[in-house]
Amino acid sequence: MGYIKVNNEKVTKEVASELMDICPFNAFEYTDAYLSINASCRVCKLCVKKGPKGVCEFIDDSRPKIDKTIYRGIAVYIEQRNNKAHEVGFELLGKAQEIAKKTNEPVYAIVIAKDASKIVEQCLSYGVDEVFVYQDDAYEDFNVETYTNAVEHFYKKYQNNVILMGSTPQGRSFAPRIAARLRTGLTADCTMLDITEEGDLLQIRPAFGGNIMAKINTPNNRPQLATIRYKMFNKPDKVVPFGKVTYEETGNLSKESTIKMIEKIEKPKVNDISEAEVIIAVGRAFKKQKDLELIEPLRQKLNAQIACTRPLVENGWFDNRLQIGLSGRTVKPKLLINLGISGSVHFIEGMKESELIISVNQDPNTKLFDVSHYSIIGDIYEVIPKLNDLLKEIGVV
Amino acid sequence: MKLKIITCIKQVPASSNVQVDPITGVLLRDGNNVKMNPYDLYGLETAFQMKERTGAIVSAITMGPPSATSVLKEALYMGADEAALITDRKFAGADVLATSYTISQMIRHMGEFDVVICGKQTTDGDTAQVGPEMAEFLGIPHIPYVKEIIEVNKDYLIVKSTYEQYEEIVQVKTPCLLTIEKGYNTPRLPSYLRKQQYRDYKIEMVTLKQFEDQDESHYGLNGSPTQVDEIFSPSKNHEVKHLVGSSEELAAKMIEILKESRFV
Repeated sequence: MGYIKVNNEKVTKEVASELMDICPFNAFEYTDAYLSINASCRVCKLCVKKGPKGVCEFIDDSRPKIDKTIYRGIAVYIEQRNNKAHEVGFELLGKAQEIAKKTNEPVYAIVIAKDASKIVEQCLSYGVDEVFVYQDDAYEDFNVETYTNAVEHFYKKYQNNVILMGSTPQGRSFAPRIAARLRTGLTADCTMLDITEEGDLLQIRPAFGGNIMAKINTPNNRPQLATIRYKMFNKPDKVVPFGKVTYEETGNLSKESTIKMIEKIEKPKVNDISEAEVIIAVGRAFKKQKDLELIEPLRQKLNAQIACTRPLVENGWFDNRLQIGLSGRTVKPKLLINLGISGSVHFIEGMKESELIISVNQDPNTKLFDVSHYSIIGDIYEVIPKLNDLLKEIGVV
Repeated sequence: MKLKIITCIKQVPASSNVQVDPITGVLLRDGNNVKMNPYDLYGLETAFQMKERTGAIVSAITMGPPSATSVLKEALYMGADEAALITDRKFAGADVLATSYTISQMIRHMGEFDVVICGKQTTDGDTAQVGPEMAEFLGIPHIPYVKEIIEVNKDYLIVKSTYEQYEEIVQVKTPCLLTIEKGYNTPRLPSYLRKQQYRDYKIEMVTLKQFEDQDESHYGLNGSPTQVDEIFSPSKNHEVKHLVGSSEELAAKMIEILKESRFV
């Protein structure tokens, strides 16, 4: 905590321009021989570390430190709809168990539902230490107001260290509400999690629009809140249940809401790429929608699911549920073939855990090649037709 | 009484092509190249359509350095009636919590309102968290991912939201906050006529001094629970086999790999 102070007596025109070059946020303003810092400053301290000595200074005005030993327990909010849990909750239980070992903390599941019985059983079978249940007819549909009251009650009662949530559409709407209610930090869409011995959660996610990763922590606030994408982590192995179940009294929690459900509409199901074992992903190198026919022989042979990058959704060629990446789906198939994709960090973070990755692109420096197992440097419009010839030859299509 | 709508917009880097200098660890980015967050265009369009239906007053606000007024001007030229900038050195280094709190203080400062509209997320932060956190600070409900405003009046709205696998139609009391899903309307372009009209318009600059909560520890870096420890380029986690050759050779190689791994 703190801010950057500029010692203007040491500032010359050259110093100012050097600092302006260093600052990634364009926070320096040099007018009338006076160097000032504007609101763009993120206090990254690069100007202190890399700039001319003594010009910029970091002024620390930290608040008193909290006692971190009070806060114990890694809790996972288990999202449900129609009393059925979203799988991401169980994946997070796996990660929670992994990090809880380092700090020797218990792992909790929080379930809010009209009928939680089945979900409680599942949580226990995944080896949680304790399931906390808020069960009430009022919790039939997710309601951000009444559900926030429940999580607030949980935290105030148990003072736990970490709350993890799936970064599903529901989670992304719910988690910020909890963070603001509890006046704490929240990191969205973490792709990696770790914990220090002190119990500080290390939250790693792509930052600054995507091409770099940031390691974020919450040094002086509790609980530490993070959301994590579906399919980032593995579900834990099933065990013989040993955990406790605690049904919380919900009678005193406010069920009032200013939001009234009028109608629920199910969307027609599309094949879910998150579950697919073989995926062919296509990118911007495809010039026309009709050219996608080129991949049909390969798709049939591999019985693959087709997926795409964000630009092709924006073109209107694909439903956004078929998009790989942090703004689409995270996938982890046994085989992923990328055709004509250069690979933004958002795309890469959404597929890098795939077991076998083959990428075809004509640019040898494409970032996607770094995470691929096989990088095939060639033009899709030349390689795929040849591939189709071969597929025909070996009589598979 | 006219409906009062406040739209929150943000200036973002025009390109997401950010790189880290491998030697110095310094972020390299082209900072002069900025634009309005594309998601906010759908939010603004939603507000303008509500204005056309009800005669609402639409304000646009943003938080950032003085140069961020350019997105406010764009909003005015598109159809906003008024615009204000939240700017103060003391807001620097704000994370999601401090940013949301600051904007919520701004909204309180602006007086009575009926609807706050945000884009679903920004292209630089990509968190989609500021809208819901602001709603909590304002003590009002929020409805995310709105694709359609079905009914609008002074007391309540009926809106349709889209989630991955389902949609919901809900009725929500005003004041409330909506985050708008992209792609369900066509944002209008700035109009030349409005540009002329607003040529002498002075965008209000609001600083901490005008806020109800004067406690500096609630803003900027001091009010931010999270901090960035480190930034780094994504790691290369395994060996990559690079294959070059004629198209025939490459196609043959690919078949070979697929056979080896028993997919063919």
